Amino acid sequence: MSVLLTAVATLGAIGAGSAAILYMVGQKFKVEEDPRIQEVQDSLPAANCGGCGFPGCASFASACVKAESMDGLFCPVGGQDTMDKVAALLGRTAPVAAKKIAVVRCSGTCDSRPRLNLYDGASNCTIASALYGGDTGCSFGCLGLGDCVDSCTFDAIHINPVTLLPEVVEDKCTACGACVKACPKDIIELRKQGPKSRRIYVSCVNKDKGGVAKKACDVACIGCSKCQQVCPFEAITIENNLAFIIDDKCRLCRKCVPVCPTSSILELNFPPRKETPPAPKEEEAIVTA
Amino acid sequence: MEQKLIVSPSPHVHSGDTIEKNMYNVLIALIPAFLVALYVFRLDALIITASAVLFCVGFEYLIVKYILKKTPTVADGSAIITGVLLAFNVPSDLPLWILALGSLFAIGVVKLSFGGLGNNIFNPAIAGRIFLLISFPAQMTTWPAAATAATTDAISSATVLGNLKLAPEALPSLQAMFLGTEAGSLGEISALALLIGLVYLLWKKTITWHIPLSIMATVALFTGVLYAFDPIALYHPLIHLFSGGLMLGAIFMATDYVTSPMTRKGMLIYGVGIGFVTVAIRLWGAYPEGVSFAILLMNALTPLINNYSSPKRFGEVVKHA
Amino acid sequence: MLKTFRIGGIHPKEKKISAGKAIQPIAIPDQVIIPLSQHIGAPCQPVVKKGDTVKVGTLIGKSVGFVSTNIHSPVSGTVLKIDKALDASGYKRDAVFIKVEGDEWEASVDRSPELKKTCDLASGEILNKIAAAGIVGMGGATFPSHVKLTPPPGTKAEILIINGVECEPWLTSDHQLMMEKSDEILVGTTIVMKALNVQKAIIGIENNKQDAIRLFNQKAKEYAGITVEPLKVQYPQGGEKQLIDALTGRQVGSGALPISVGAVVQNVGTVFAIYEAVQKNKPLVERVVTVTGKEVKQPCNILSRVGIPLNDLIGVAGGLPETTGKVVSGGPMMGKALASTDIPVTKGTSGILIIPTLEAKRKAMKDCIRCAKCVSVCPMGLNPTLLMNLTEYEVWDRAEQEHITDCIECGSCSYTCPADRPLLDYIRLGKGKVSGIIRSRKN
Repeated sequence: MSVLLTAVATLGAIGAGSAAILYMVGQKFKVEEDPRIQEVQDSLPAANCGGCGFPGCASFASACVKAESMDGLFCPVGGQDTMDKVAALLGRTAPVAAKKIAVVRCSGTCDSRPRLNLYDGASNCTIASALYGGDTGCSFGCLGLGDCVDSCTFDAIHINPVTLLPEVVEDKCTACGACVKACPKDIIELRKQGPKSRRIYVSCVNKDKGGVAKKACDVACIGCSKCQQVCPFEAITIENNLAFIIDDKCRLCRKCVPVCPTSSILELNFPPRKETPPAPKEEEAIVTA
Repeated sequence: MEQKLIVSPSPHVHSGDTIEKNMYNVLIALIPAFLVALYVFRLDALIITASAVLFCVGFEYLIVKYILKKTPTVADGSAIITGVLLAFNVPSDLPLWILALGSLFAIGVVKLSFGGLGNNIFNPAIAGRIFLLISFPAQMTTWPAAATAATTDAISSATVLGNLKLAPEALPSLQAMFLGTEAGSLGEISALALLIGLVYLLWKKTITWHIPLSIMATVALFTGVLYAFDPIALYHPLIHLFSGGLMLGAIFMATDYVTSPMTRKGMLIYGVGIGFVTVAIRLWGAYPEGVSFAILLMNALTPLINNYSSPKRFGEVVKHA
Repeated sequence: MLKTFRIGGIHPKEKKISAGKAIQPIAIPDQVIIPLSQHIGAPCQPVVKKGDTVKVGTLIGKSVGFVSTNIHSPVSGTVLKIDKALDASGYKRDAVFIKVEGDEWEASVDRSPELKKTCDLASGEILNKIAAAGIVGMGGATFPSHVKLTPPPGTKAEILIINGVECEPWLTSDHQLMMEKSDEILVGTTIVMKALNVQKAIIGIENNKQDAIRLFNQKAKEYAGITVEPLKVQYPQGGEKQLIDALTGRQVGSGALPISVGAVVQNVGTVFAIYEAVQKNKPLVERVVTVTGKEVKQPCNILSRVGIPLNDLIGVAGGLPETTGKVVSGGPMMGKALASTDIPVTKGTSGILIIPTLEAKRKAMKDCIRCAKCVSVCPMGLNPTLLMNLTEYEVWDRAEQEHITDCIECGSCSYTCPADRPLLDYIRLGKGKVSGIIRSRKN
């Protein structure tokens, strides 16, 4: 019996002693943290994708708490709802930011952009682009080796096995920007998602002169500036033989799309056009902002 | 020229070395030991080895194809090596169902559940052998007498190491141990045959000398020092070198690419570690043999050794002439 | 025993089938394209415009910035345009297009074949001439030579090393140049010694070029301070750090320049170009190019002007074989695979290697079996498989600690790997990223 008691007593004493030490150490090294940081973090999506520009949700939360206002702080994954919630927690208001989405600015499929050589190195766009311009005549276009796919934590971008071009899954894309950083050719861009996901963009980044670009790829922008001339809102710039649509200015009138001789301007999620393309009179455009 | 040019980063040539070549070199190096086993244990040696190879290759093929649903890579030869090594590590009269269990554990659990060749932490054959030793201690530690031995009625006999602690007077001669006519596991018995394999592997540059020699040197030194103070058979360095699984372990199992360190320095640390643990278990442990436990233990330490032993860098010590 | 470097190294099969083939000329085509970026560093500024007439040796591109160098017209004729053209970099870059008319040289160039041994110029004058002539390292690195021959303040060159190693398994351009222009190379060596103010020079030649070793041993006696050292055949002995280690036993530390151990290395081709520039006033407008490959009909060494399309050179060698799978500018270990043969010869084109399709394709990559063969062959003592993994998982700080930036991109690791892993592809990528991180931290 006494053996049992001794054992219980010794173990109990060791346990109590350890607990005391643990408590003391815990007190000594306690880090005072603003309790709001945890609250903010709880309302974040916990994707830890880095899309906000901070290493993870925790550091974004502490940045939100420390910041004076919510300007420049935006969680692309949670979107406006999350930011409103965070702002409410901190007693501020979040600026309204338009929902964005990644777009791939290259339409050079195997048909429109013939392969001139075979790439046989490691399957990695950055490695291939350090080596040479790519396996087609266009040295600006998509290499199709999937750095963007690897970088996406949301499974929102995939290489289409037929076209060998990446495609963005609209429902899944959070506009975190990981693919934009991953692409060595700077082809992917974050653009306003647009009302009903309708958006228009130049799906090409080729800066070669028109003839050279056209020779390499049927759907290359040749910098002819027809779209610029037809745009009523001055939303299109042409630089280095390449047209670019500024999404803040674009009002989705779609006039530029049919005039492009190489069909390099894409419109997404619009209803089908009426069969009267050359009717530039209706000035009021489809604006649903 | 209609053909498209192939473009890739440099280098544009390759040595032609392949995983298969290395694996088959190891198998070739195992042939002398197999011949001795065949001579000593006759048909049993063939049956056990062939079945172990069949089990290992079969399990690998089935698991990869039907459970992992990938293209089986049995042709790389690594499953064959596991099979042969496992067979070499068991008594020649082991029931085949036990052997099958050991193969399944080695291939299914130790190798494939970690991701297959290149990703396993432990050497499959070693882990399989230990699994069997712990699960079936009786079957794994009774050895049939060598068919070539003079004794006619011997059904089972203890190994050298088994006798070392219990009955030192029953030890076979060193010459018998070196040539392989004493009792023991299938492929372990002949130190000479295994050393021939080592020479072949070194010549083919399949392995470097660092691991096998550091293990042997450590065992010889450690026991040698003890022997110098107390010259009894238990401490005899040559007995330790030529008996049990030391040669097989040092030459073929500790040198497994996947589970051994990558730098020369790391290999030496690893080898010395195996040597020490082996001798410690042999002399003071409950088991008569310690090579496989030693290798298993050092396998576990390999990632750590890799982490702390960088190769010698160019210009690390800048010489000023 | 022959000297060699002490860490790692491989011994690829030698295929010097163009050895001993006399350097032959090549016809100049109707039009040449002269890229304005033929060296490491900033591209040249063009100083000619459309319609200008040029002679051989006329300056057409002017060096801008410290690490940059001049480019001269290799032909006489009229400038057609300045436009983008594909070059060995795999991208379209600025180049001068010249329509060829005749072959008229600038009057200042001495075209007589006599050997001019004496040079009375001072060190600074020699360097100016080298800079003006647009000379770059002709082993393939194309680093401007005048920069390399100007030791940074506080350092002093003690020894000049002439690289006659040519460790790339197929190339013979340096070898053939050594056989045909040995006197010029030796005089060039004395000039470089004078420019650097050093008393000692070693010419390192691998033991597979016995004839060159004999020739130089015999001729070097006439020149004070120059010795010839045969070296054990081992790749990558032509690497600057490896060659210094092999010849002097000194190892250049991580991130340091050869001058830190008092050494300056120059390729034999560069030394020959320096001779021509200093003694004959001839700018760098032509070089020896090896055209070779397993199925090439007439492997040869061609003295080609800069700007001539590789197609023409391949034509001299008997045309592109049917089985061609890959065309490499340079040697098989460090050369660059080309997407098109319609690109011009530049100052750095040491060879054209044509590889048949069957040997051109890489094998599928398998899982690493941790055999550590890459570790044992790495001449810089790195752990290639670890560096590849760190790059794949973007662990840049650890990659930096593991000295990824020390990699000389020799390719020994990928060459050796039994699992066919593209080790160097990834290490090169990681090296670039880590160097970028280090640079941005310094700023």
